[in-house]
Amino acid sequence: MIEKPTLKSTLRAWAYIAPMIAIIGVFNIYPILKSLAMSFYSDYNFYQDVVYAYGWDNFIQIFNDSNLFLAIKNTFIFVLGVVPLSIMLSLGIALLLHNVQFLSGFFRSIYFLPFVTSTVAISIVWNWIYHSRYGLMNYFLGLFGVDPINWITDPKYSMLALVIMAIWKGLGFNIILFLVGLNNIDKGYYSAAKVDGASDLQRFTNITVPLLGPTTFLVTVMGVISSFKVFDEVYSLFQGRPGPGNSALTVVYYIYEKFYTEYQYGVAAAAGIVLFLIILVVTLIQMAYNKKFVHY
Amino acid sequence: MLIPFIWMVSTSLKTPGETVAMPPVWIPDILQIGNYAEAFEAAPFGRYFLNSVFVTVLSTAGELITTILAAFAFAKIEFYGKNILFTLLIATMMVPGEILIIPNFVTLSNMGLINTYAALIVPYLASVFSVFMLKQSFQSVPKELHYAAKVDGCSDFRFLWTIMVPLAKSSIVAITILKIIGSWNAFMWPLIVTNDRALRTLPVGLQAFTTEAGTQYELLMAAATIVVIPMVIVYLFLQKYIIMGISKSGLKG
Repeated sequence: MIEKPTLKSTLRAWAYIAPMIAIIGVFNIYPILKSLAMSFYSDYNFYQDVVYAYGWDNFIQIFNDSNLFLAIKNTFIFVLGVVPLSIMLSLGIALLLHNVQFLSGFFRSIYFLPFVTSTVAISIVWNWIYHSRYGLMNYFLGLFGVDPINWITDPKYSMLALVIMAIWKGLGFNIILFLVGLNNIDKGYYSAAKVDGASDLQRFTNITVPLLGPTTFLVTVMGVISSFKVFDEVYSLFQGRPGPGNSALTVVYYIYEKFYTEYQYGVAAAAGIVLFLIILVVTLIQMAYNKKFVHY
Repeated sequence: MLIPFIWMVSTSLKTPGETVAMPPVWIPDILQIGNYAEAFEAAPFGRYFLNSVFVTVLSTAGELITTILAAFAFAKIEFYGKNILFTLLIATMMVPGEILIIPNFVTLSNMGLINTYAALIVPYLASVFSVFMLKQSFQSVPKELHYAAKVDGCSDFRFLWTIMVPLAKSSIVAITILKIIGSWNAFMWPLIVTNDRALRTLPVGLQAFTTEAGTQYELLMAAATIVVIPMVIVYLFLQKYIIMGISKSGLKG
């Protein structure tokens, strides 16, 4: 009855899809093409939306801009700082919550709380925690005899401050995914391994880790993609600046600056394309790696 | 994990002297509830709050309607162009949303919509991601049910709202909550498309308040608490669905 497409069913289906397609078309599909085009606008009047000339100028300009490379470098540092550590921590915590049922519901709620709350609000709280004289962070470190650190104002520490906060914020999301993955592992494997006399560690490395492969892959890819796009955290933690001396300038922040404060739309679009290509390449590398080493 | 939250609430109830006391004061001598009143006086948080509620409610309701209709067509109707269209939509999910900001800003300013509620709402009335998620759960509704309804003379449209939607309730609740959270906490887009103070949503208002309030951290923390509390309440009541939404989206997205 509805197995084969007909003209009638096609019209009906498109009527159902129309509202969604209208919005997605105008605000998703068209802008993707448009921003690709914009990156080649070399002479553009944005007040009237008139283009006088096309060319590679925007790309030439950003590739001669040391700030772009600084932004890319900082973004990579951020990704490499956040993702691996966050995965190890969240896997550890997920294992604990999975194996120790006592209060696990309570802790699961707590870990997840940062994820649902406003990044801006949280960053402002962390800005106060990082305060060099009155902040909690230095107070705690002081208890261990560490001298006060200028987390927010010293370029050496600003990225570390950002990374710590981002790990804290993202843990809950990863923990949930790991818990789902752990629940999907057949208990039979563990019983069998126990009978064969496998130790806890052996069971972990030979059953848990390989069977969590797909979950770990997913968590990594999602973590990498979202970390490449970090902006809100930077903007709020450093109160509307990309950290002291551009020390926390990230690629999206760079795009924001070009676009919103310098009105260089074409340049910003070109930087956007560069960001997209970076994410694409990194994701493809991860997928290739996944194919080779993760077995389902 | 909880310390930043406890610290936020505790600081919001301190006197200025207590905020800078060393060692830190965890429980203020007298709870300075007046800080909240002062924060509300210093910036129109009531207005920001209403803006956030308005934008969140409308964009969530709109997205639900477009999503349910589209997901139904993809899950239950065979039509020409289905696979191509679906692949195209999935492909758009790979592009970082940040790239869309510039052309969308231009589009909206051509329409004269910058600095309006429409700019905050219209681009978010649909989401490929939720269509994708809901399509999965619509597909699990047996075909036979659809046939039976048709035989009984039930229109597709009625079948969708009276049978499919209730059956997919938990998925719908999950996307709704994720959307509410996302919309409530959205920052970059509202920051860019509104300059008007009267249009600010809570996160943008809070960010602006950090420059306005300067070093009055007790007021800042009160303001941050005002922004955070609604989502904490939503979360505590509906965490089952939120976690389901995350795990589903994670495994299938």
